[in-house]
Amino acid sequence: MARNKEALLLLLDVGPSMHSVLPEVEKLCSMLVQKKLIYNKYDEVGIVLFGAQDTDNELTTEVGGYQHVVVLKNTKVVDGDIVEALQQLPRGTTDGDFLDAVIVAMDMLIKKFGETNKGKKRLCLITNAQCPIKDPYKGTKEEQVTTIAQSMTAHGMRMESIIVRGKLTQDANKEIMDENDLLLNIFSKETSTRLLYVEDPISLFGALKTRNITPVTVFRGDLEFSPKLKIKVMVYKKTQEERFPTLKKYSDKAPQTDKFATHEVKVDYEYKSSEDPDKVVPPDQRIKGYRYGPQIVPISSAEWDAVKFKPEKGVKLLGFTDSSNVLRHHYMKDVYVFIAEPGNTKAMLAVSALTRAMKEMNKVAILRCVWRQGQGNVVIGVLTPNVSDRGNIPDSFYFNVLPFAEDVREFQFPSFSNFPASCQPNEQQLESAANFIKMLDLAPDGKKEVLLPDFTPNPVLARFFHYLDLKSKHPDAAVPPLDYTLRKITEPDTDLVLQNQSITDSFHRSFELQGNPLKKPRRLLREKISDEEGKENITAQPVANLIEYTSIKVEKIGDLTPVQDFEAMISRRDSPDWILKAIKDMKNKIFDLVEDSHEGDNYNKALECLVALRKGCILEQEPKQFNDFLKHVCKFCQEKSLQSFCEYLASKGLTLISKTEAIDSDVTDEEARSFLVKSESKEVIQEMLSSFGIDE
Amino acid sequence: MDVEEVEYDIFRDDEDDPDAQHSLENNDSTKEYVVYLVDASPKMFTTTCQSENQDVETHFQIALSSISHSLKSQIINKSYDQVAICFFNTREKNNLQDLNAVYVFNVAAEREYLDMPNASFIKQFDLLQDTFSKNIGSHHGVMSGSRENPLYNAIWVAQALLRKGSAKTVDKRILLFTNEDDPFGCVKGAIKSDMTRTTLQRAKDAQDLGITIELLPLSCPDEMFDLSKFYADLIGLEGDDLQFISRIYKIFEISLCTELRQLVLSFKADNIVNKELSIVDGGSDLLSIEHIHVVDSYKRFVVVILHFNFRLEDMKDQLRKRIFTKRRVNKFKFTIVDGISIELNSYALIRPTVPGSITWLDSITNHPLKSERTFICADTGALVEEPTRRFHPYKNQNIIFSMKELSEIKRVATGHLHLLGFKPLSCLRDYYNLKPSTFLYPSDEGTDGSMCIFIALHKSMIQLNRFAVAFSGSSSRPQLVALIAQDEVIQSGCQIEPPGMHMIYLPYSDDIRLVEERYSDTSGVTKASDDQIKRAADLIKRLDLKDFSVFQFTNPALQRHYTVLQALALEEDEIPEIKDETLPDEEGLARPGVVRALEEFKTSVYGENYDEESEHGTGKPTEASKKRKAHAEFAMKEWGELADTGKLKDLTVVELKYYLTGHNLPVTGKKETLVSRILTHMGK
Repeated sequence: MARNKEALLLLLDVGPSMHSVLPEVEKLCSMLVQKKLIYNKYDEVGIVLFGAQDTDNELTTEVGGYQHVVVLKNTKVVDGDIVEALQQLPRGTTDGDFLDAVIVAMDMLIKKFGETNKGKKRLCLITNAQCPIKDPYKGTKEEQVTTIAQSMTAHGMRMESIIVRGKLTQDANKEIMDENDLLLNIFSKETSTRLLYVEDPISLFGALKTRNITPVTVFRGDLEFSPKLKIKVMVYKKTQEERFPTLKKYSDKAPQTDKFATHEVKVDYEYKSSEDPDKVVPPDQRIKGYRYGPQIVPISSAEWDAVKFKPEKGVKLLGFTDSSNVLRHHYMKDVYVFIAEPGNTKAMLAVSALTRAMKEMNKVAILRCVWRQGQGNVVIGVLTPNVSDRGNIPDSFYFNVLPFAEDVREFQFPSFSNFPASCQPNEQQLESAANFIKMLDLAPDGKKEVLLPDFTPNPVLARFFHYLDLKSKHPDAAVPPLDYTLRKITEPDTDLVLQNQSITDSFHRSFELQGNPLKKPRRLLREKISDEEGKENITAQPVANLIEYTSIKVEKIGDLTPVQDFEAMISRRDSPDWILKAIKDMKNKIFDLVEDSHEGDNYNKALECLVALRKGCILEQEPKQFNDFLKHVCKFCQEKSLQSFCEYLASKGLTLISKTEAIDSDVTDEEARSFLVKSESKEVIQEMLSSFGIDE
Repeated sequence: MDVEEVEYDIFRDDEDDPDAQHSLENNDSTKEYVVYLVDASPKMFTTTCQSENQDVETHFQIALSSISHSLKSQIINKSYDQVAICFFNTREKNNLQDLNAVYVFNVAAEREYLDMPNASFIKQFDLLQDTFSKNIGSHHGVMSGSRENPLYNAIWVAQALLRKGSAKTVDKRILLFTNEDDPFGCVKGAIKSDMTRTTLQRAKDAQDLGITIELLPLSCPDEMFDLSKFYADLIGLEGDDLQFISRIYKIFEISLCTELRQLVLSFKADNIVNKELSIVDGGSDLLSIEHIHVVDSYKRFVVVILHFNFRLEDMKDQLRKRIFTKRRVNKFKFTIVDGISIELNSYALIRPTVPGSITWLDSITNHPLKSERTFICADTGALVEEPTRRFHPYKNQNIIFSMKELSEIKRVATGHLHLLGFKPLSCLRDYYNLKPSTFLYPSDEGTDGSMCIFIALHKSMIQLNRFAVAFSGSSSRPQLVALIAQDEVIQSGCQIEPPGMHMIYLPYSDDIRLVEERYSDTSGVTKASDDQIKRAADLIKRLDLKDFSVFQFTNPALQRHYTVLQALALEEDEIPEIKDETLPDEEGLARPGVVRALEEFKTSVYGENYDEESEHGTGKPTEASKKRKAHAEFAMKEWGELADTGKLKDLTVVELKYYLTGHNLPVTGKKETLVSRILTHMGK
């Protein structure tokens, strides 16, 4: 770890014109150090302020000059002290001279490290570069800057400059700014480092690379066009998701007094036989099984290695194609970058020629890649040109992985033109949508693009590191709300919307969200249904209350039109539960009708209900529901001396549901027909038997 | 499931987690039972189509290969759907009802008629073409003088097969492949009307039980499949609809004359919805297809009439697409401005398919093992419950977080999707990508008003060449996304790209690496000259892949994986070779024109007589030079003596590796491994 440690000096402009952005600078720099505390805890950081009220640096005492430059913290290994210092930067009172600060910082680094640590010494300048730098004793400012920059390169230092402009600063003297920009550009050219202009607080937050990751090649070797033409390249990851830090599980079992407790939790996996849960199967007695449909095929690793697909390492060109043949949404993964082997001028020329030709012709290349020997798979992907417009950065390619045939699910969706007229926007609506799109422009002409991914920090990570630091001081602190600046990433910019309120209003008016549902809702949330059922249970058995009959959503079977209610309910498709509920309610209704019947006045209605129930049960494949119920009703009638109802049913030819009607029924045709008749005759027999004094 | 590799992680991505999708598919409610009903009448064997490479295939073969394809992808997609394959108009019979001329294909004793496909089933099915005439046989089903009705029997058998499982939780479908538009054409009068009536009744009964019948008609250039003769009734098109179809046919005939037109027709059976007709100028090579979607509020009948003139591949494609139904991943609310939002469904159209997960088995019994996880306190060794707190070291202390606090940190926005603004498409750089995109389509649970907004934005975005930037506040990884409006693309009757928006996950600054800038050179870098660019352009023209389509390659590793599994599952001795489609076209590269272009480009960049070996990067040592160094170092030591005196272990790992490199031995492993490897190599 220590191998990669870097020394970083933050050169911060704290002059009056910077005061408004200093809170952002504080957040940015403290997060930078917080991350170093986790990922690069041996790195060293120092802080140099300029435009400060006081003067405190070694060069002043040694040679004089360098006023208002304060070395707030000398370079030291990162610690909480630096974080705290960065969280409360003193506000300066004078206009800062960034060149003075640069020289002081270089002096510090040279004194501390001398010739060592080449390439690991970094300066980071944050200023608005609005104030003039002092004239040199001899020569021009340009010459002076060039000399400094060259000596910087000679000492193996890099410098990043973040220049705050645009919305973030007040108006200033344009001449001075132009001059400063020119000077800063010399730095950028001579020291091969970044010069960034940021115009909004989010970009400022995201402008500084807060974590150093040494890139590792994914592949180095030949980009093969044919056995005769190979270009030496190196492949790196261009994007890779920076994940939320992995936290360890915490165990509080160790005694409080134990100072060396790790508090860690080990996770242990044991494999047990499914037949005998107490038997642990040792690793050498386990074998891997792969699914093939319902089967699991056991294959040992050795066997598998012998038969598996083993492609040869190499990156091969399949051909070029129109860029329109590859759509943006086909990209599958994080992105790679192909760079010609450094120092190999021919390879660099070849890459440069190809990128430029591809860009001109709107072509992309399709490659087949096997990055490492022994890799179990090939990758098919698209190579797109990345033509550099800067003289000191070489041309390169980006590479995106493309899907295989198996990875694509070709679902079909209805054409928009197939929707009814009410879904089709009219001229006026289209116009207002177009205006709306133009209004919410995040990359307006002549201005910096807003929310550029390259400068947009991850709000979750920023919040985590902030909270982590907070907790280190106050263990019980609650999660702080999302920082005001970061919230601008997650919500639309209210200024932009407010400035163009009329367009938003017109958009609102054009698309007033009235309108009919596209489809009757079919699925409701489970909770909702169980909720309704709950209510139902409270009212218990259907009481004779009047429920308004609605054709759309019947939730109960009422007294007035039980058959229609039932039919409406059983055909509801928003939940399968309705069918069972409908059947259950209908049964209750029939029971009530039969029970409340006075001299058979309800029989007709009950029969209608029974017929409807029968039909419903056949349709919904619930024959048992009906058959059991009919048997139950008959038994009930016999017990309550309501035999007349059974006779009535038999006379009307109502039968059980037979197997031919519904395949799930366990009643034969014969049984079905004879059921009511039989129960009647049984009745007769029983009467006869009892009359003979014999009890069954 | 390989538990060792799946470390429990509270921040795992629940939305795109393959396991989550897996379990979703495992869920009963998304399961499907499908009966493939294939007409085996002689007509299916006599009608042929020509594919591009002049191969002649019969309609029967086309049907079989479509089914075979879908069975195989079912295995690869790990679906739990169950299938049965049933032929009608057969000589032999095989079904539970013992009905004539219906043959349910199965591998006996291994699976039920309706079951998940397994290895031997697929294998036998693939062999079926050759054995069909011998074992099952084709037979004219409906004949004058006989009252036999194979279609009726077939539907009955299919319906009986689909008795399994409740219609409420399982999607039941019958897919009917036939090229006979008039199955009772050869009988007359009362018999015909009787047969028609009973068959239709049978189909209606099946549909009443919640079974969807889909027709996959096969037809040929000179003879159109006429739905109105019989099948319109079977699949439930009535009155108005039928009239509508005849209208379609009229237009169809017109367009036949104009030929280079494509017809996309669609209407809804729901009478409330206006019937609409749209004719789209496809400009594609051949007139081909119509889709008719009939949607009524309870059942769904989809009819695809394939009328072709067009390539066989397209028809196969169409059949294949029709066989699958789509599944939603998630539901979103997309807030456009305060007070206006749209309900969207998201679909995973592109996701890497990986070989199935591993199940650990007992090597003796081959029974699956259950894994158990235990938590042990590292300090005390005590068994503990799964801890609810996490910690992270910071500034020499352990900072403890509760799970609630951690999820609170990640909640930076109120779920769903928030529109932030729009940017020109040129702002979407090629390196703004992290994972596969997600497809968004308006939910049919929304209102027509929200549909209207979506269509308006969609159209305007395409017209203005802009994409939308939005913030997706998912609980797993809240992030910025780009929404690209995709216009519908139809090629020879196939929907190649559906209309909707693709959601592309954008990186943050923390995720982007500044690689190019690392290799900047203060003295300036060389850029290609105009001549070199011209040569490169010539080369690009020569090496053009004209019909390149992103999905044209199958994954060789995956194909190999399943071929191996299939062979092992069937206990075959030989594993068939698979063709690696991803290898470069060597023949094409050897064409003189290509070779010349390559040579010219090489000469212009590298100069004449360029020797590759002589030019090595000035910077890093190459493989070869490393090897030479290893050899030199290797020669300096008395290895035998070191080994004898047991001093090998005193050497550094780097030194040990000189020996290994020198003898082309593997250099991996711990020091002990290296020492023992050297000793073994010396024979000591």
